[in-house]
Amino acid sequence: MNEQPRYTRLSGLEPLVITPETLFVNIGERTNVTGSARFKKLIKEDRYDEAVEVARQQVENGAQILDVNMDEGLLDSEAAMVKFLRLIAAEPDIARIPVMVDSSKWSVIEAGLKCLQGKGVVNSISLKEGEEKFLDEARKILRYGAATVVMAFDEQGQADTVARRLEICERSYKLLTEKVGFPPEDIIFDSNIFPIATGIEEHADNAVNFIEAAKELKKRFPHSHLSGGVSNVSFSFRGNNAVREAIHCVFLYHAIKAGMDMGIVNAGALAIYDDLDPELRERVEDVVLNRRPDATERLMEIAERHKGGSQDKDDGNKLAWRELPVAKRLEHALVHGIDQFVVEDTEEVRKQSTRTLDVIEGPLMDGMNVVGDLFGAGKMFLPQVVKSARVMKKAVAYLLPYMEEEKKRSGETSKSNGKIVMATVKGDVHDIGKNIVGVVLACNNFDVVDLGVMVPAQKILDTAIAEHADMIGVSGLITPSLEEMAHVAKEMKRQDFRIPLLIGGATTSRAHTALKIEPNYETACVWVKDASRAVGVAQTLVSKELVDGFLAKVRAEYAEVRERHRNRGPAKRLVSLKDARANGAKFDWENYTPPTPAQTGITVFDDIPITELLKVTDWTPFFQAWELHGHYPAILGDPVVGAQATELFDDAQKILKKVVDEKWLRAKAVIGFWPASRVGDDIELRNGAETVMLHHLRQQADKPVERPNLCLADFVAPQETGVQDWIGGFAVTAGLGIEEHLDRFHKDNDDYSAIILKALADRMAEALAEWMHREVRTKHWGYAPDEALSNEDLIAEKWRGVRPAPGYPACPDHTEKATLFRLLDATNNADIELTEGFSMYPAAAVSGWYFSHPDSQYFVVGKLTKDQVEDYARRKGWTLAEAERWLSANLDYDPD
Amino acid sequence: MNQNLPFLHPGRVEKLDDALARRILVLDGAMGTMLQQHELDETGYRGERFACGCDMQHAHDHAGEHADARGCERDLKGDNDLLSLTHPEIIRDIHAAYLDAGADFVETNTFNSTSISQADYALQHLVHELNREGARLARAACDTAEAKTPDRPRFAIGVLGPTSRTASLSPDVNNPGFRNVDFDELENAYADATRGLVEGGADIVMVETIFDTLNAKAALSGIARVFDELGGRLPIMISGTITDRSGRTLSGQTAEAFWYSVAHARPLSIGLNCALGAKDLRQHIEALARVADCAVSAHPNAGLPNALGGYDETPEEMARTLGEFARDGLLNIVGGCCGTTPAHIAAIAEAVRDVLPRGLPSTRFKAA
Repeated sequence: MNEQPRYTRLSGLEPLVITPETLFVNIGERTNVTGSARFKKLIKEDRYDEAVEVARQQVENGAQILDVNMDEGLLDSEAAMVKFLRLIAAEPDIARIPVMVDSSKWSVIEAGLKCLQGKGVVNSISLKEGEEKFLDEARKILRYGAATVVMAFDEQGQADTVARRLEICERSYKLLTEKVGFPPEDIIFDSNIFPIATGIEEHADNAVNFIEAAKELKKRFPHSHLSGGVSNVSFSFRGNNAVREAIHCVFLYHAIKAGMDMGIVNAGALAIYDDLDPELRERVEDVVLNRRPDATERLMEIAERHKGGSQDKDDGNKLAWRELPVAKRLEHALVHGIDQFVVEDTEEVRKQSTRTLDVIEGPLMDGMNVVGDLFGAGKMFLPQVVKSARVMKKAVAYLLPYMEEEKKRSGETSKSNGKIVMATVKGDVHDIGKNIVGVVLACNNFDVVDLGVMVPAQKILDTAIAEHADMIGVSGLITPSLEEMAHVAKEMKRQDFRIPLLIGGATTSRAHTALKIEPNYETACVWVKDASRAVGVAQTLVSKELVDGFLAKVRAEYAEVRERHRNRGPAKRLVSLKDARANGAKFDWENYTPPTPAQTGITVFDDIPITELLKVTDWTPFFQAWELHGHYPAILGDPVVGAQATELFDDAQKILKKVVDEKWLRAKAVIGFWPASRVGDDIELRNGAETVMLHHLRQQADKPVERPNLCLADFVAPQETGVQDWIGGFAVTAGLGIEEHLDRFHKDNDDYSAIILKALADRMAEALAEWMHREVRTKHWGYAPDEALSNEDLIAEKWRGVRPAPGYPACPDHTEKATLFRLLDATNNADIELTEGFSMYPAAAVSGWYFSHPDSQYFVVGKLTKDQVEDYARRKGWTLAEAERWLSANLDYDPD
Repeated sequence: MNQNLPFLHPGRVEKLDDALARRILVLDGAMGTMLQQHELDETGYRGERFACGCDMQHAHDHAGEHADARGCERDLKGDNDLLSLTHPEIIRDIHAAYLDAGADFVETNTFNSTSISQADYALQHLVHELNREGARLARAACDTAEAKTPDRPRFAIGVLGPTSRTASLSPDVNNPGFRNVDFDELENAYADATRGLVEGGADIVMVETIFDTLNAKAALSGIARVFDELGGRLPIMISGTITDRSGRTLSGQTAEAFWYSVAHARPLSIGLNCALGAKDLRQHIEALARVADCAVSAHPNAGLPNALGGYDETPEEMARTLGEFARDGLLNIVGGCCGTTPAHIAAIAEAVRDVLPRGLPSTRFKAA
């Protein structure tokens, strides 16, 4: 069972097994500086990003092995080979296939082999400089684990007759298999493809000789392979790609029949033998097979006529879809997110249509339906759909003036699936998820009226009435938004609305919707888990047949959630505030001296370079924002979403480059340190003459003896100890200046780029918080001057001290941000504003407290009993109802 | 690769070949899990030799050199390989415990004994010694076990770990072309380690826990270089790691592509270890068993790590799963990785005892 047949088994990230059934292996030739002027230019100008794209196109066009050649006099070929191979190693959709390291210099080949994790191919070795060098190189290739191309070249020169080809190949084969132990299946003969139709009589048999030699070589060495540089054969027709491609096609047709089974070709530009123009084919065949003395002249006669019939070489098949009928072209553009031709194609359809609307309801909607189907079937991912929507929007934007015109004449309006009014609720500025939902709905033919962020309930409702909306969607990220959504629901009931309310956003949940929102508006309240569900839900809600059943089901489901909630046992027992305090964290303050900040008071940082932040960026949440789940960088190679993640990441990097080069975003930060001491669960801070109280909450879970009930105040020295301690605060943003670029993207109907930019700004803000914290630890507070952590360690948070943010689990009260902002004067110092819901604007901002105690840690305050909420209300100077409103997500009881 | 060289220990290779043809052979289990039970602190790791801060032996030989590079300033706790020098009795006992449990192979305590990994502790100067002593301890344990049961040969596998760096991946997200180690550095580091393992009497060398195949290819090249120097060779075992449920190595390869990338070394066995538990490893072992023309090995973890980083799979559960692998004809060599103990190995050995090994091409290894 385990006697494996002698097949050539190569690998990139994936295997390539060449079996007798493998008719022909395409070796992509465009990543070769000697064969592609464009590639040479890119490498010489150090434009490696674009050079990598050439490789990607070769793979997309069907190359099964990628030939890489950097033999150029003015290049440091070894360095260029290494650089390029390392770059494509980071591109899973390129690195998938094996690499052919192509050079006439052994040192370049060896440098290349040292970069390949897979089993690649060397191109090439030969007996040109004698047996010793040949054997030495072959031994090394075997040790590096590669197959090799052997050129039919010896001390006397290059083989050009059938006999010389056989003689040199035979000798090479014997040396390799007998002296080196080289596996026959890892030997690939290149017995020299020479030009034909050159006008020189001796060249007339060049192709015929190659083909004849191929027959005999295949017979003698059945396990080995026959390859060659195909474009050589048509060299005399350079400048006439149509004829060259016809020659390649006919030559390969016969050479493959003779046994040639690999070839270096432009993977995108291989014609099909049967598709060739019969006259051209016949005359090319005469030349290739040298069937008549005047063959070359006869081909020359018609060559001009066929010139230019071919596509641009480097684009290859990429543009073959441009030959399709226009409706199919639009479909292709929508499915693949290509906006390059969409306006001209749209115009073409418009001219043929009686009504402009027919363009949208016909080909464009048909295309979007394909997108919808693919998305529904899990064959497309969110970023692709958003790209599709960009194409759709451009087409529609082009048609709009025509439709306005027609509407004026006929009074007709377009027929959409339905209309939805969407908004991020009052007090909240987070809208990445909402925007994605909007785009996805829009490309499923919903009319989306997007009111933006911080939208008061009444404005949402008024717009819904004015627009005759079929449903309302509200979204939010921070916890106070939950309360605001409940308010929207109450108002809808009070104002006698009948349309469904959709709830979405990161902090929302089925349970919260069932418990806190739906009871306020029983008519129709639906929680939507993520963007990918939004279309299904919206379509169901506008379907007369489905809506009632669906809503009945949802209502029953939420009722059941409420029922379960009411009957839930004491799942997590809570202890009284008194007991929790008694079990607080205790530290030996007598033997601990808190570090004194090197720099007290406020420090402002203006214009921190984004490039600094890139070093500490955690990319994983960027993908989460697009509902692509997995850890960076592993996600780029993920079998399900890897391709999409990689494409998204590439697009993001392109935008990021502009952000950096053209300074789109400005990053600012302000930090401060103040003397502080603990008073109960609060921290008393001295800001000059003023005393400020910071209020904190304590865990009340019933914990095992050795685990304390934590409160952030525990990490600060208690007032009664007399120990001098400190607390820090910070507010940072990386989103300054984002608006003009978002506006430009929106004007350009490019939501895709707009959402990427927002998500990037969020990442940069998080990275800035991380960077700032490190600066604080090593310099400004300075208690860890020698700290040296890698990016991974930073993400894993392996350092001393924490930076909890008001509104997040360790200190869930968002309103404390007001105190923080006042102390830092963050609005003046860092240009960050606080909304009435205590959300920060720009949204790409982070703020919080710094604690330095070595045992300080992040934790979740969790559920609170009424006694702590009452106590907290007293400390804050709130009524109980106010406290219950701001802490609603943490209440362990139902307030009345 | 070096197929023309004679074996350094032809008698042992013959016994190994013979045993492989007749039954499924058993590898040992985790070293780290066993060491944890000793709860060694910094002083424990340092032993007498490093008690005063520096390497006492080294300080005498090289007076006047940089103090930092000799194990002075860094904590040595966690450098498990160092215990071969500072607490050889602990390592010996762990080897003995696995052999008593039924292992045919013990793996040397040299997972991190390359100059690249030891640089974390500034102990690069110990690399040769760590490998040599690691191999000696393992071989001595085998000799003791063989004395008790002379009809049953035992083999010391010289372990070459993955190092803490990767030649195919950039550690800098913003610079995908960047590398913090290259092929030549890795090849040299592995060659140094191999010399020590061979000198200490290892019967086999194993490149294991491979998460970047380019590292492994550098290791195989370094091994080949040492074999050339010595004019003789040892059998090679190769074991990769499928990092997670994506089914790829960390550097992105499928199991089949991984095999084709290292097959030129003509190893005794190809297999997978670590990362996944036995259940999740199955499809990838199947892929190797389908295409490999050498022995196939598996030594998975005791399940996936739990929330505390520990491993929960019991000896019975693991033995049941690996027993199925064996009965389905997928295995020639089986054992355990992280979280496994002598109890796991005993259960696995029991589960595969009467199961026929996966068929091997009769001429494959002897001819190799």
